[in-house]
Order: sequence, then structure tokens, then C-alpha cells
Amino acid sequence: MTALQLTDVRKTYQSGDDEIVALESTTLTVPSDEILALVGPSGSGKTTLLSIAGGLLGPTEGRVMVGDEDITGHSPRELTSFRRRRVGFVFQAVNLVPFLNARENLLVVAEFAKLDKKGAKERAEQLLGELGLGDRMDNLPGQLSGGERQRVAIGRALMNQPELVLIDEPTSALDTKLGEQVMQLIVREVKARGTAAVIVTHDLRMTQFADRTISITDGRIEH
Amino acid sequence: MNLGLKELRRRPGRFGAAAAALVLISVLTLFLGGLLDGLYLGSTGALRAQPGDLMTFSGNSKLSVIRSRITGEQRAEIAKIDGVTAVGGVGFALVSAAVPNQSEPASVTVIGYELAPAGVPDRPMVGEAYADQSLETKGVRIGQVLAVGPKQLPIKVVGFVSDTNFLQQGALWTAPTTWREVLASARPDQTLPSGTFQAVTVQTARATDPAGQASIAASIDRSVAGVRTVTRDDAVLALPGIKEQNSTFTAVIGVTLLVAGIVVALFFALLTLERTGMYGVFKAIGASSGQVFAGVITQALVVAVVSFLVSVLLVVLAAAGIGDALPLTLVPRRLATTALALTVTAALGAAISLRRVVRIDPAAAIG
Repeated sequence: MTALQLTDVRKTYQSGDDEIVALESTTLTVPSDEILALVGPSGSGKTTLLSIAGGLLGPTEGRVMVGDEDITGHSPRELTSFRRRRVGFVFQAVNLVPFLNARENLLVVAEFAKLDKKGAKERAEQLLGELGLGDRMDNLPGQLSGGERQRVAIGRALMNQPELVLIDEPTSALDTKLGEQVMQLIVREVKARGTAAVIVTHDLRMTQFADRTISITDGRIEH
Repeated sequence: MNLGLKELRRRPGRFGAAAAALVLISVLTLFLGGLLDGLYLGSTGALRAQPGDLMTFSGNSKLSVIRSRITGEQRAEIAKIDGVTAVGGVGFALVSAAVPNQSEPASVTVIGYELAPAGVPDRPMVGEAYADQSLETKGVRIGQVLAVGPKQLPIKVVGFVSDTNFLQQGALWTAPTTWREVLASARPDQTLPSGTFQAVTVQTARATDPAGQASIAASIDRSVAGVRTVTRDDAVLALPGIKEQNSTFTAVIGVTLLVAGIVVALFFALLTLERTGMYGVFKAIGASSGQVFAGVITQALVVAVVSFLVSVLLVVLAAAGIGDALPLTLVPRRLATTALALTVTAALGAAISLRRVVRIDPAAAIG
């Protein structure tokens, strides 16, 4: 089964009279258990591609399928529902809620999806245990190290059991050793769940953890 | 888990500035409302307590009890009107009274009545009076003999009643004969013939039917020459300064609540601006604009309610300290309306942020 299918996806913006092409016509397939690394310099369009795949942006042209759901023509409300159910995000800036502890940062996902509270709590605690944070569940983000915060963010991305996890520069704020540890964790957790992942990174050293690597430059994918 | 409540519990200091401002605004609102209610209650008790649905004054008196005169003949005619069940004369004399063991005289209103007002027993003996409870603070006690008016007429206090004052003066409810003596001693030019009162209270068979009352009032005015009949409420509003006082204070209270709304709107607008990133992340991971906004509204309402409760405590303490130096009265209805107005204003103020919340782009969470 295919986790992500982009068909002739193009994204442009209007700037006055000019048309800016953020993403050239792109066709990309990510199978359901693949980890795909997407590398490219700043401004290459990798974040745009990630945003379109995750239903944060709509394409100007083309079709976007995540699993069996065509999200191309989804309304904002439908995209919100889609993200709630089928996609997990790990943001570059981590972006944990500062006044919620580690457990609650995961439970927030269940709260928005209106999932069963007891089941959500058990899942959150299980995830945090697997991520090596079993004894840090009650700590606020300010009380966690950079690596621990990143692991909480990974747990949050997996909380809704997504088919596709989109990860933006997971190691940019970490040293090499910690970065490798985080990548190993991502691979382990994603593979254990049969989830597909697209990891955006500018660090070529991290591509060794992916099943496949593609480059993107000036909005164009180089397979 | 309500995110808005969680943040309030974990980071109450963030909302300190808005809460402090709302406490001050609420204190001001309650203080103004308390003064308005104190002034109103202290001026109008004697008329509000009248047993009749209607009151009749002389036609040329502009509803002033001081200027009005209703003769015995006019009273008898009023009693014959269809729908009128009882008519009772009432008269007022504003004088001072010397209180035993007190260096300062008390300002009192001696009120002569025929029909017992609400909370007041039937007419006492001549030379006796039921005193309003407020006179206790002036040293008045049951059994004391007060020296009333310029001629120091003796009036014995035989009981207390409450909420019956007239124009901020403690009421002494007496038999008509006692009242006439006091009035004649204080205002010889206003000595009234026997049977004449300043106004009459009119009980009707249509106590709960405003249209019926209006009809009877019109009948009285048509049938009895030289009178004007109004509802008890209108008679209260006609007291000197009441309407102006109500409208002035109400306007000031309204403006104060508007300021409260603006304070909340500004605070939450700034907070939302500060949180654009976090709200973008919430939306990216599946929160609807409604869910995000619910947190904002929850915080506004909780801050408003907590601020109100703190302000009530402060005003109660202030009232205890002020004593009777100011006519400050906190009534349950005022507390309830202020609480409601403050929470509604806070909610509306926070609602200003709704448009901004809706426009937050979840794509901003990435890159």
C-alpha cells in the first residue's frame, strides 16, 4: 500500500505581477513502510513539499493522496480532520506546549481528536516508555534536555497512530551523537508501526538512516 | 484536559495584569452600583413600602409629596371608584430629632399613615413611632423618647422596621395625629386641616395587572377634580433626584464596563498575537479554530469570574470600613447583574481575537 502519492503536484505563489514557483511539477510515491529522506538547501522547496503532503498547504496543481484519501480538494475543515487522523508532525522547532508536561503534550493530540481519555493516557505513557521517557512524563519541557524534548515531539507525532509521519529537520538543534540517537529512535519507532516517514534534512550524514534519499533543488526533485 | 484552564493553573502570573485591571474595574463598578443602590434605597423606602399599587397627589404638585394636598372629600371620592379597594392617607414631615445621650440630632422623616406599609405594623398610639433600623446607628433604641422638631415634641420609639427611609432620612412611622403635630410645629405655614394628607395610597383589585391599574388611575383622575394618580413605581421615580441619579450612575457604570471589555480585548489580542506560533502548531496537529478559541474564551471567563470574586471581597471590606459615612449598599441583584455584565463583557472582549485565531495558518508551524 502507498502511504503518499503526489501526482504532478505544483505550488506557486503570486507576488505582485510575478508568479513564484515553490515546487515544480512533482510526482512522488512513498510506500507504507518506507523512510524517505528529502535533502536540499534552504529555499529548495522541501518544506513546501512536506506541507502539501501533510495537508497544511493545498497544491496549485496536481493530486495528493495519503493512503486511500485524496486530499487535493479538501476544505480547511476537512484538512484539519485529515491531519488529526492520518498524519503526524515533528516540527523543526519541536514546539512543545511549555505549560504541559511530557505526557500532556501527547494527550493534546487525543484531546483535539476527542479520543477516549483513558485509552489515550495509556497510549501516551506506553509511547513515552518506549522512547525512554518513562520517568520524565511529569516534567515540563523546560525541565527536559534538547534530546528529551525531541523524543516527546516524536511521541506526539505517533500519538494518533498515523499512516504518515512528516519530520522537519529533526537533528538541526542537536549535536552529531544526539542527532544519530534521535534518528535511530525515529527509525525504530516508525518501522515498528509500519508507518511511512518523510524526513526533511539538510544534513547528509543523517540520510544513512533512510531507506531512500531524494534531493530537491529550486523546487525540482532529482530522483 | 482544557488547555485554557491548564495554562491558567500552571501560569497564573501571565494573566495577572488583566486580572488586576478587571479587579479594579469591578471594584469601581460595584462601588458605583452600591452607592446608587444605597442612595436609591435610602431615599425611596417609604414610598416603595406603601401598600397601594397607586398613589394620588394633587394635580398641581408635580408628584411632590411636600407640595401635594389631598382633602378628606377627595379621599372619599377616590374610595368610590370602581376597582379601588382601600384608600389611606400618608404625610411626611422632614425634621430633626434629639436622641438621648447623643450630642448630634438625627435627621428624621415623621410619616403619618392610615394603611400600614409593608413591614410596618398598624398605626401606633399617638405619641409613639416605629423607627427605621437605620436610626440605630444614630443611637436610637426601643423605649427611648425622642424630642422631635423645633418644639421638641416627645415621640416614644416602640419598635424598629427596615428599609423605610425617605430622602436619606430615618423614618419615624406615627399615627396621623402625631405627624400633624410635628408638621405644624416645623412648618406652621403648612398646617393641614384634619382629614387632609399630602398624598394617598390606593389599593386596587388589579394588583398584578398593569393595564387594569392604569385604567383605575385614569378613572380616578377623570372622576376626582384636581388630582393626579400614578403607579407606586412612578411615584418613587418622581422623588427629587432619583431619575437623574439613576441615569447618571447607570451611564458611568456602563462606560466602566465598556472599559473592562476593551481591557480584556487588548489583553487577549496581545496574547493571541504572542501565541500565533503555538496556535499554528495546534492547528497543524488537528485542532479546529473552534477548539483553539474555546481555550481563549475559557481563560477570559475564568479571569473575569475570579476578578469579580476578589472585587466583591474588597468592596465588602471597604463597606465595613466606611460604615454609614457613605450610603453604600450591596444588594444581591446588583452583585448578580455586575457578575453577569463583567463575564459577558469579558467574553465579548475575548471574542475580538476570534478572527485572528481563525486566520492563523497551520502551515506556519513548519518552517
